Amino acid sequence: MTALLEAAGLTKFFGAVRAAEELSVRVDEGEMVGIVGSNGSGKTTFLNLATGYLAPDRGRILLAGRDTAGLSPRLITRLGVARSFQIPQLYLGLTVLENMLLSLAARSGRGGVWAPLYRAPWTDEGRQILERFGLEAYASRSVGELPEGGRKLLDIALAIALRPRLLLMDEPTAGVSTEDKFEVMDTLVGVLRQGRITTIFVEHDMDVVHRYSRRVLVFDQGLVIADGEPVTVLADADVRKAVLGHA
Amino acid sequence: MGPRPRPSPLLPLGALVLFLLAPLVLSGWIVFLLTVAWAKALAVLGVVLLLRGGLLTFGHALYYAAGAYAAGMAVKYLHVREGLALLGLALLAGVGTSALLGLLVARYRGVYFALLNLAFSMVLYGVLLKFYAITGGTDGLGLPAPPLAGLRPVAQSLRLALYDLTLVLAALLIYAAHRFSASPVGYTLRAIRDNEVRVEYMGASVWRTIYVSYVIAGGLASVAGALIGLSVGHITPDLSFWSQSGEFVFVAILGGTGSVLAPVVGSIVFEFVRNYAFELSPYTWQMTLGIVLLVIIFFLPGGLWSLSALARRLPRRGAPPPFRTSPRDGAGAAGARTADQAREPRGGR
Repeated sequence: MTALLEAAGLTKFFGAVRAAEELSVRVDEGEMVGIVGSNGSGKTTFLNLATGYLAPDRGRILLAGRDTAGLSPRLITRLGVARSFQIPQLYLGLTVLENMLLSLAARSGRGGVWAPLYRAPWTDEGRQILERFGLEAYASRSVGELPEGGRKLLDIALAIALRPRLLLMDEPTAGVSTEDKFEVMDTLVGVLRQGRITTIFVEHDMDVVHRYSRRVLVFDQGLVIADGEPVTVLADADVRKAVLGHA
Repeated sequence: MGPRPRPSPLLPLGALVLFLLAPLVLSGWIVFLLTVAWAKALAVLGVVLLLRGGLLTFGHALYYAAGAYAAGMAVKYLHVREGLALLGLALLAGVGTSALLGLLVARYRGVYFALLNLAFSMVLYGVLLKFYAITGGTDGLGLPAPPLAGLRPVAQSLRLALYDLTLVLAALLIYAAHRFSASPVGYTLRAIRDNEVRVEYMGASVWRTIYVSYVIAGGLASVAGALIGLSVGHITPDLSFWSQSGEFVFVAILGGTGSVLAPVVGSIVFEFVRNYAFELSPYTWQMTLGIVLLVIIFFLPGGLWSLSALARRLPRRGAPPPFRTSPRDGAGAAGARTADQAREPRGGR
């Protein structure tokens, strides 16, 4: 079986800083993979490389067997890879629903200049998605009025609305309060399972990784130092030292 | 809930009818002033569309002049007389020029976008000025009274016919701009102003969106230029001068970017303020205009159009609903309680 995402020998330096070296990662259809690592270990760089935002110095990335070298984030998105961000990337001047509608319009590929953005199939679906994330009450409000936790959810909802084959999430529970994070993740995982969306998520919270991923990659200074089940991997002394700073 | 509540079309249509009837009571020169204001409003509309995407141009007069000179040259060299045909040719010239230059300009942002447009408009200015044999240099070109749709209005009714033509054409194009603004591409343009990276990560093309908007803005300005040419009967290279581009930006800020109707309001106010300021004080009229702009920027940063939103906003909603990040609760209790609030019309747009 061809892997959905296969990165081979990815190397990226920022000057003398090693952000990725000989990274090789294989993710199969249907997996839910967590990525952990300390700050600056290359987690976000990996997402940036995988989505074409950065070009690797060496190595290549195959998406369902297709080489994505030289493709922009836009074209990689159109190949079925969506991404959410550590800091929500939203359109602050538009309403919550309008943000969602733009995602649905982009997915359809029908960006006309005459028919309105507000069309029944999109508004219906958009409201449904917002409802699943508990954002329905904010639909006609400006994104600027949304609290931080809501922005985080909307950022992820916009990516999921694209119906990707592969979703890359950068710290989905950052900015979400401790008591809410499991509920947020339960909702997310429910939606992802239902849509059969393969997911890779970067996460600082070990509890979240333990609970929601069946496989975890540990990044340290641009290298993958461990790959396996959370129970085994996260118990390893070297891993704990690299990620948490203590064993 | 259905699509968002749309603004009623009755008000703009009623205003259009009033404008069409206005010549019955207004003097000839005021009708002429209104013709000029409505025509220029189309060029300003182009500037406003680009501003919504966060793109400020200091060279939009390029397309204004391109339209006017396309009409002027068609009269001189192709012996086209029909006014509607001249307008069609002008539109073609504007769209063609902006489609060509847009290939380059749409890659730039901020001050580079503004100045690149300025540079191109001044190149056209130079060409129009220096190629005397073709363009008439500073003398410009004459546009004799045109037949309209085959009819030859006599001198007195020509002014009225051009006024009506300008109004109807402007109304149609403003409606088209309204449709564009509410379309996926129109919204994407506004999204680009907020966050280009996210637009690309949605799989939509930033470049294509800006390019299409730029061509539309160029087309609007070229029709404005041809309408001015037909109404004034004479065109000069000044149409492409940087101060003309500056005027369009001035009027865009004066009217505001909140509505496709704002450029009309801004343009009419501008033409009247300029004329009366000139009449009152021929030497300091520019200062008067400057003071008007300062007052607008300090007290009405959304332009004159924000006055209408201000009036609607007075009975405004209360505090936003409480938010919890737990999705299931949010959809239940908070969702039900705020359904009424959500239905209230938004005041801000």
